[in-house]
Amino acid sequence: MRRQIEGARGVAESVAACRPQVVCAYPITPQTHIVEGLGVLVGTGALAGCEFVNVESEFAAMSVAIGASAAGARAYTATASQGLLFMSEALYNASGLGLPVVMTVANRAIGAPINIWNDHSDAMSQRDSGWIQLYAETSQEAIDLHVQAFRLAEEMSVPVMVCMDGFVLTHAFEPLEVPSQEDVDAFLPPFTPRQVLDPAEPVSIGAMVGPEAFTEVRYLAFHRQREALGRIPEIAADFAAAFGRDSGGLLHTYRCEDAQTIVLAMGSVLGTLKDTVDALRDEGIPIGVVGLTSFRPFPMAAVRAAVGGARTLIVLERAFSVGVGGIVSADVHMAVAGLDQRHHTVIAGLGGRPVTRVSLRRMLLDAEAGRLEPLTFLDLDRDLIDRELARVRARPRSGPAAENILRDVGVVGARPH
Amino acid sequence: MGTQEIRYFQVGSHAVGNRLLDPGQRTVQSDPERANALTCGHRACQGCGEALGARYVVDAALRATAGRLVAVNATGCLEVFSTPYPETSWQLPWLHSLFGNAPAVATGVAAALRAQGREDVRVLAQGGDGGTVDIGFGCLSGMFERDDDVLYVCYDNQGYMNTGVQRSGATPPGARTATTEAVGDAPGAPFGQGKDVPRIAMAHGVRYVATATVADLRDLEAKVERAMEVRGARYLHVLVPCPLGWGSPAALTVRIARLATQTGLFPVYEARDGEVTGVTTIRRPAPVEEYLRPQKRFAHLFSHPSGPAALARIQEAADRNIRRYGLLGDGGPS
Repeated sequence: MRRQIEGARGVAESVAACRPQVVCAYPITPQTHIVEGLGVLVGTGALAGCEFVNVESEFAAMSVAIGASAAGARAYTATASQGLLFMSEALYNASGLGLPVVMTVANRAIGAPINIWNDHSDAMSQRDSGWIQLYAETSQEAIDLHVQAFRLAEEMSVPVMVCMDGFVLTHAFEPLEVPSQEDVDAFLPPFTPRQVLDPAEPVSIGAMVGPEAFTEVRYLAFHRQREALGRIPEIAADFAAAFGRDSGGLLHTYRCEDAQTIVLAMGSVLGTLKDTVDALRDEGIPIGVVGLTSFRPFPMAAVRAAVGGARTLIVLERAFSVGVGGIVSADVHMAVAGLDQRHHTVIAGLGGRPVTRVSLRRMLLDAEAGRLEPLTFLDLDRDLIDRELARVRARPRSGPAAENILRDVGVVGARPH
Repeated sequence: MGTQEIRYFQVGSHAVGNRLLDPGQRTVQSDPERANALTCGHRACQGCGEALGARYVVDAALRATAGRLVAVNATGCLEVFSTPYPETSWQLPWLHSLFGNAPAVATGVAAALRAQGREDVRVLAQGGDGGTVDIGFGCLSGMFERDDDVLYVCYDNQGYMNTGVQRSGATPPGARTATTEAVGDAPGAPFGQGKDVPRIAMAHGVRYVATATVADLRDLEAKVERAMEVRGARYLHVLVPCPLGWGSPAALTVRIARLATQTGLFPVYEARDGEVTGVTTIRRPAPVEEYLRPQKRFAHLFSHPSGPAALARIQEAADRNIRRYGLLGDGGPS
């Protein structure tokens, strides 16, 4: 039954249906509604047999999840942005120990300058943390991905991050279907840990490993993620069979059959992108869209198969690597190595800047006309940049760039000098 | 016929030999059925106070819980010397995660056990002073204030010994470390710094707080046993001399720990719900010089021009402890 609810609420109910035994909560916008929802579900007894722990930081949240998972409990937490960075050390630890924690990341920009709005900088910064990263296109997919994530994590003994765009998905109210308890129970077996702290069978978890075996231990982590490449589509197929919804998998293609140009992106921007492409298709321009769900593990073969037929490949990213450019692009380019294609990276929607159909259409027409640069920052206000660069050249002590730019755009509160 | 006085205690320590006690009063370590939780073959230095303390603590906790115990360990000497790949010295379920998160990991284990209805299994977290008073302090404070069902044990050797003897928030004033070298006008660690975590634990209202040293191992065991009788957050702070970091002879570890208490520099007490409820009084008071002299980390105090003033300040701190806790048994809270 579909209900008009907030995305975060839907995720909270979906997670609750997965019967987590330990939920660690620490507030950070735009994730907070999820753990608030879970707190209510634990408090009312709707989610029974679950310890809800209000921790003192995200570092503690992930650490509590590590301890809980190692003691054989299904463990969940949620975070975003600075919080994800603050738990970074523990993220590597959870994956290094092979503990199948599931976490929602309500994707949000990283400061400075501090910014609460949506982009993918947070999750991208943990690209190499050893976590599986699945990106939801819609709130419904986020709801569904959590049910799949617990099964995937526990089968592979690898932690899974479900990434959903902050505000755009977490705070949007729309008709959503939360899987029923009976259906989730049938889909998701109880957690059987590969390793557990049990006095009846004492083990040492987290022992030191030196050069003699470190490579092998790390290779096994790589191997598990490669295995996950096979399991992700299988679990998505099982899910589709059980719940009747096509959610998850490695990637989704949209109107790619005869596409000369393909845009690859992740997350909620895919909706706008598909609408834009529909309009251009109506005008006879053969463009397709690939929505990447699984960023880690990265599906090299599936990406190559999906985009290999296009002459122009555009990777639209909600984050970037300062000093290089695209992050997703680097992996995509490896996947399509040797193909005769033009490649573009478009950085868009940083810090919550809306990615509009107008801008996407302009960008895609530029690509069609051969005018698109290899690396483009969509809707970049060149005038603001030039003014700040001029200030820096003119005065050694030009002041904080963010404040200068706010003054340029006339934001209230920025003092004139 | 003349008489001979029988000594029921070891000279200097007043510790009664186990063989003279009823079996029920004997130490855990004297029991041939003891757990040997930190078993032989580990890589601790000769004379390591931490290895000694951990062995007594964990074995006592295992006896108190009839073997239903899980240990969580912070990164540090104890973790490194006990689990060199591919070996482990631990004879109980043991988890090492990170340097700064042992209290939170222990919270997670306790929460998982409660969620699974396995509350008969208890949780012990342990770390050195760096992992406890510095990098793990946020998590420790969180665990305290939530009253999570964890006994946290800090083995305090007053510095970052595993990384080569650097200053921690538990390094005493005047001590030489690799980051407070005995150079300049005021050699060694600065005065007026450092934190007293047992008192901070008391300020959290932690149900059971105790200090102990490896000089009185029966007391250490007894405090572990009492701690395990309580549910909720508990804190045990154990002074463990480090021959490497303190520059003290390995054979003197126990004696130096005893001198730390006899001088008043390390008060031994226990507290419940934020109030001191028991103090181990000093039976043979000693001036601080007697404790400081055998340790090379304080050698400059006996040669540098600033030494006498520094020694006077250290003595003042010891006297303040003696007054605060009534360590001479003369009207304090004992």
